[in-house]
Amino acid sequence: MKKFFTSKMKKSNWLVYAGVILAFVVFQVMSGTGALSSTMEGQLVPVCAYVVMALSLNLTVGVLGELSLGHAGFMSIGAFTGAVTAAALEGAIPNSGLRLLVAMIMGALLAAVAGVLVGVPVLRLRGDYLAIVTLAFGEIIKSIITNLYIGMDSTGLHCSFLNLNFTMQDGKMLLNGPMGVTGIEKISTFLSGFLLIMVTLVIIFNLVNSRSGRAIMALRDNRIAAESVGINVTKYKLMGFVISASLAGAAGTLFALSQNTIMANKFDFNTSILVLVFVVLGGLGRMWGSIIAAATLTVLPELLREFSDYRMLVYAIVLILIMLATNNPTLKGWFARIFKRKGAEKE
Amino acid sequence: MLSFLNHLINGISLGSIYAIIALGYTMVYGIAKMLNFAHGDIIMVGAYVCFFAVSSFQLHPVVGLLLAIIVCTVLGTLIEKLAYKPLRQATSLAVLITAIGVSYFLQNAAQLLWTSNPKLFPDIFNGAAIKLFDGELIITVSTLVTIAACIVIMILLTAFIDKSKTGKAMRACSEDKGAAQLMGINVNRTISITFAIGSALAAVAGVLLCTTYPSLVPTTGSMPGIKAFTAAVFGGIGSVPGALLGGILLGIIEIMAGAYISTSLSNAIVFAVLILVLLIKPTGLLGKQIREKV
Repeated sequence: MKKFFTSKMKKSNWLVYAGVILAFVVFQVMSGTGALSSTMEGQLVPVCAYVVMALSLNLTVGVLGELSLGHAGFMSIGAFTGAVTAAALEGAIPNSGLRLLVAMIMGALLAAVAGVLVGVPVLRLRGDYLAIVTLAFGEIIKSIITNLYIGMDSTGLHCSFLNLNFTMQDGKMLLNGPMGVTGIEKISTFLSGFLLIMVTLVIIFNLVNSRSGRAIMALRDNRIAAESVGINVTKYKLMGFVISASLAGAAGTLFALSQNTIMANKFDFNTSILVLVFVVLGGLGRMWGSIIAAATLTVLPELLREFSDYRMLVYAIVLILIMLATNNPTLKGWFARIFKRKGAEKE
Repeated sequence: MLSFLNHLINGISLGSIYAIIALGYTMVYGIAKMLNFAHGDIIMVGAYVCFFAVSSFQLHPVVGLLLAIIVCTVLGTLIEKLAYKPLRQATSLAVLITAIGVSYFLQNAAQLLWTSNPKLFPDIFNGAAIKLFDGELIITVSTLVTIAACIVIMILLTAFIDKSKTGKAMRACSEDKGAAQLMGINVNRTISITFAIGSALAAVAGVLLCTTYPSLVPTTGSMPGIKAFTAAVFGGIGSVPGALLGGILLGIIEIMAGAYISTSLSNAIVFAVLILVLLIKPTGLLGKQIREKV
């Protein structure tokens, strides 16, 4: 913590913190005065979870420079670990905030373990092959959780795979295979979501500004050059990847504990892609971009509600147009000229 | 033993479909170096076109197939022209996200046009089947047609790439775009042709897929698309024989895992095998090892 205050922070990082705090205060006041519609109110915690997901994936894609198509897998691990932990500890820890914290730490830890398991062999692969293995990992996690049964009664925890082969007299099912976790007590609050975003930002900014962060970025920019000046490839890649995985796990817990039910199908390839869209639209390596993109695009389908059936179609078109506008050299030059002219007029 | 043979044949049939889809992925990747995530949804469009031609307009299935091929080729070329061509100089991630946008677009357009109610694809072959060993070994005609179609497509495509002038241009582009351009090859046109061929193949795959698995919804193409993509990587992306090998192996593994281990785990097993293969041979089964130069 000492290092956090003494290290020279970039001005833009402080702006990101300030922006997040400001947004939190504004939305908290709005929800307090009833200015938010009930659907928007329900979106607050999921938005926080997706912001953390986007930040965590930005660490992998933007800072580490590896394309991951299975980030929802880590989110899934965090979500189910968190939901099961929270349900199991319902009697042991009556304080919901503390229970959420414990559940989140468990979710992050298990996701980190998965991150090590996937990362050690996988980070040897390059480029698109890494992408496909992470995709495969996400699908495997989905299948495994769909076939997992966990129950708890007075004698303790019961667990089985593929088939439900234990019986309980007085207990309850914590995880019921394809039906997922049902009847979750919603203990995630907007405040906890906000705190998780802040913690994530502190972790990422400190990592990026540290010696390890510079090593990670050096590997991204030129692996061979970095390796030849003595940077340990596996160590630093794994470090970035595991931190990213554990943050995704925490986001998963936050998300799960704001829903009534979660099923493994929720965290499929499409979710991974959705988060990747946030990251790329927000800008690789730009944390504030990820935050804005994740928040806007999570709420956008709700805002497009008046288009009803057409909203996802509009969403797709908007996505394509934004990509074309920001990446096509002709259009980019065109935009640059317009903004330049505007700037000149001001002068 | 006979049931094993049955599963093997089913696996090869499913694998043939994966192989045809994987060809589209692998060719586009080999030349444009992009992952075309909308490929799976072109399969779906092809299947819908054939479905409406056969069941609503009472056309002959072959006509339906031809229509599907034409529509998909036009659609593929159009998508390439509108969405991918402006991004030729952009980073591969930007193109990837655009492809995802196109995929969303196609899925949602299909949902609006044809609703998400599953359509039962007509049984083109009237369930005809060859029964051997007192009916213990059943080979449906659709299985035979699928496998035959895969073989024919492979032979034609290999001949096209090896012998024709356009094929030569494609090979040149995949090796070095700049040098190809200097030799007077129209790189943009070659990429467009690749997309057209890939989309035509997707239409064939869509129709074949729906003769085997007749329930047709707007998301029909996405899972086979992802699996075919893994098949392409499995065999070594960018390699045509690799796509065939990867597709068939993937199909067999999937059916066998479903039959002997667990249906609900078959996907997990397929992907686990993929990870193992990539760990042992990081460029896929038939992929070329590219040496890194400093």
